[in-house]
Parts: sequence; C-alpha cells; structure tokens
Amino acid sequence: MKGTRPVTVIIDYGMGNLFSLERVIRYLGGIAVVSSDSEAIASAERVILPGVGAFGDGMDKIRKMGLIAPILKVIDAGKPFLGICLGMQLLMTESEEFGRHRGLDIISGSVRRFLEPENGCSNYKIPHVGWNRLLRPVESSQWQSSILSTTVEGEFVYFVHSYTVVSQRPEHILAETEYGQRRFCSVIRSKNVFGCQFHPEVSANVGLRILKEFLYAV
Amino acid sequence: MQGYGEEMIRIIPRLDIKGPNLVKGVHLEGLRVLGKAEDFASKYYTDGADELIYIDVVASLYGRENLLEIVRRAAQNIFIPLTAGGGIRTIEDIRELLRAGADKVAINTAAIRNPIFISEAAKVFGSQCIVISIEAKFRSEGKYEALTDNGREKTEKDVFDWAQQAVSLGAGELLITSIDKEGTGRGYDLGLIKMISESVPVPVIACGGAGKTEHFLEVIETGHADAVSAASIFHYHCLERLRSAEKFTEEGNVEFISQNRESLDFMKKRLEPVDILTAKKYLSDSGIDCRAVEAFREVIKAEKI
Repeated sequence: MKGTRPVTVIIDYGMGNLFSLERVIRYLGGIAVVSSDSEAIASAERVILPGVGAFGDGMDKIRKMGLIAPILKVIDAGKPFLGICLGMQLLMTESEEFGRHRGLDIISGSVRRFLEPENGCSNYKIPHVGWNRLLRPVESSQWQSSILSTTVEGEFVYFVHSYTVVSQRPEHILAETEYGQRRFCSVIRSKNVFGCQFHPEVSANVGLRILKEFLYAV
Repeated sequence: MQGYGEEMIRIIPRLDIKGPNLVKGVHLEGLRVLGKAEDFASKYYTDGADELIYIDVVASLYGRENLLEIVRRAAQNIFIPLTAGGGIRTIEDIRELLRAGADKVAINTAAIRNPIFISEAAKVFGSQCIVISIEAKFRSEGKYEALTDNGREKTEKDVFDWAQQAVSLGAGELLITSIDKEGTGRGYDLGLIKMISESVPVPVIACGGAGKTEHFLEVIETGHADAVSAASIFHYHCLERLRSAEKFTEEGNVEFISQNRESLDFMKKRLEPVDILTAKKYLSDSGIDCRAVEAFREVIKAEKI
C-alpha cells in the first residue's frame, strides 16, 4: 500500500484533545479528517476513536450523536479501526467506572479500575501517568503480524489512565504492561479492530512506528 | 521496594520562555538569555526527555503569541507530551495552546483567583490536561504560601490546602516549584515535595533547586516526587554542547557569553550540569525505574519516521 495517502477519520465526540493525533497522522504522510459526521465515519477507509475522560460520559456522547451505528458499520466492513485510551475502553462490553455502563461491545471484556494503593507503602499512584513498557503476553502469536510488528518488546510508550481493559479472551491481548500490582492489557486486537491504552501520538519514535503500521500496514 | 508495577519516574526539562528565547534567572538578578528555545528542546527530545514544560515568564506583557509560536514549532518534530503555561486565563486560551500542539497546560494565577476555573477546564479538556502550577514560598516550619507571577505576588493561600483543593477540583497533576530553592542549585525542597506528594492522589512534579544529579535521587527517594523538573542543570550542559557545535551565533547568546562570562562561570561553580541520558543512567543504577534511553539517542537519530 506504500505510495497511497490513506485517509483516516478521527472521531470527534467531544472527549478531549485531538490536535496532537491529527498532527502526527499528517506528519506520517496520512490525511486526517476530524469528524462527527455519521456518513463520513461509516464510509471511512480507516478510523481512530480517541478520547480521554469518563467511560459513561463517552458512551453518552457517542449515543446522543448517533455514532454507534456508523462505528459498527465501518467495523463490519472490515476497515482498520483503532481505539486510543478511552477509545480503547469503549470497545469493550462494559465498564465499572462510576456504576455499570455498557460499552460498544465490539470486544468481549470489561473495564476495571487499578487496585487502590495501600497507605504508607504505596509505590504507585492512580492515575497511571507516564512511560511504561510494552510486554509480550505469555500466549501471544499475534505481535509480529499486527500494529506492533515494528515494536521491540520492552519499548516504552506514554500512558494516562485510571482504568484498564480486562479481555475475556486471552488471544485478543497483543501486549501487556505492568503497573499497580497488575499486569494489564495495553494493546488489544480483534480482527480489524485495535485498541491502545497508551497515547501513541506522544510516545516518541515508538508511538510513531505503531501509528505508521496502523496507517499503512494493516 | 523494587516490585511489581511501580511508577516510572519522569524527567522533565523546564524551559522558561521570553520571546523566542530560552531564559533563566540567575539568583534574583533577573533573566538571562540562554539561546533559542527550539535548539534546546530538540536536544532534550533526542536525549530522552520524558516530557517538556514551557513557561512564558512574561506572557502578560507580550501576549501569548510567542508561546504559541514556540509550541507550534516544537510540536512539528517533538512527539512527547508538551506542557505549556504562562498567562492562561480562559478556556479559549487553553484551546489555543492545545491547537498549537500542547498536550497539557500549566495554570497558576487564574486558578488561584478563580478556583472554579480548574473544574471548568477539566470538564472541557479532561483532568489529564490540567497541570496546576504552585509556587511555594517557605513561611515557617511546614507552612508555605502560594505565590503567583513568578514569585512576585502574595496570595495568603496555604500551599498544602491549595494543593488539596486544586486536586479536588480536577487538577490532573501538580507542578510544585520552591521559590526558595529555585535557581540556587542547592537541591529540591524535600519537605515541601514530600508533604504534598504524600497527600494527593495525582502525580507531583518537583521543581526548583536541582544542581547535581544526586538531587534528583533525593527528591524521588525522600520527597516521593513522581516526576522531576529542572532547568539550569540541563540548560548549561546543553549550552556547552551547542556552543561547541558552533551553532551559536544568535545575538542573544553572544551577548550573554561575552557580557556575562562571570555569571556563566559562577553558575558552573554552583552547578554540575548534566545531560538527561547521564542523569537517567545514574537513577537507573540507583534502582529508580525510568524510561530507558541507552540506545534511544542513536535510534531516534537514525530513525526517520
């Protein structure tokens, strides 16, 4: 596919800053269209669902803006789809963030909060803010043939989150990361749908490579 | 303590900006021009800085256009989180900075004058985007006053109480600068940082006083800082490298170097300048987990993505 300039629709549903992501896609030679238009999303070649903030708010906005149907449609059409941070979490069945909320239910699993640090001997805080390693899950055969094909195990990416994705199916977990007494899923995949808990757009060369794979290779 | 899933310490150079230039206060003698901010920033990026903080120290005098332009340029080829601050008053100010390429904003004065601004900003942009900058002035044992305008204005707000309030309103991180230590090179205010870091759930970025590599270790181990920010210790190391690369012909620097030879020598006596790579290696050898950058510098140079 080298040589073509892929058009990527970044879904704007009012959850956070999309400018950095947009700029990085352009830097990588792609065409980024920030949109909340159902038609544009449903017929897109590639879609990124970004987002920061609370799960419930995010789902409410997606629902109210009528974006559930176009998201499901473009995924059914087999187009590469990437959820980032909250966007990854929204792909799951449900979340326990401030009560139970149903997600888009594209990938089976839930979203749970990190374990609270114990008083006095806490060596971590919630939210998890900063760089951390991408680790290969014990049973993983998919790393090489995914958006991680140019990522070396142990490379660092930038996280900001308090909740993590718990996949129901181990084979969906592409990469894991250790934080707060937990080894959590940091990259997930089910067919054409990918999710990154970290922010590739601010993860230096590692993040650029991952986005480049998403734009050109999958 | 070395265990499962500890947090990873971040090293964050702080760039104080005046016009297009990187400046730094030398004691209380005012600001010295060190060079073009972008030259320093790109070195820090390839050295493995975990984030960058830009503060426009004269934003109220010149408007925000300088800061916006500097952030815009940095964002073109620096892909780590950028925090920008100085003179932010409105939601629209924040939006402009994010549009220019910032990932987070640092707010001080506007938040102190109107604390609700924190929750408004967090609601629109998310807490992760809102860094509350607190300038702390020592008053008496365990008591600090929050100042504004680079330590010029008093507020009578207690730093500890203000930190709690800021977090409860939605601050995602706190940048704590010790006015007493800032620019001295004598180490961070460990008591101040520890007091705040242990009492808030969000990350605390320690700032002010780093003069040698050991100071980073102290503020992490004793002060329980989640991230360390520093200026002179990195800037003066970088300045030497930029000078030896003969990149420096800008009038500001020539002026600085010729007219301020004395203060440069003075700075060098007080500081043990270091580059980020070396600082990280030291921390890592001391058992502090941080983003490894051993091979990073070569990789990022060679890798044209």
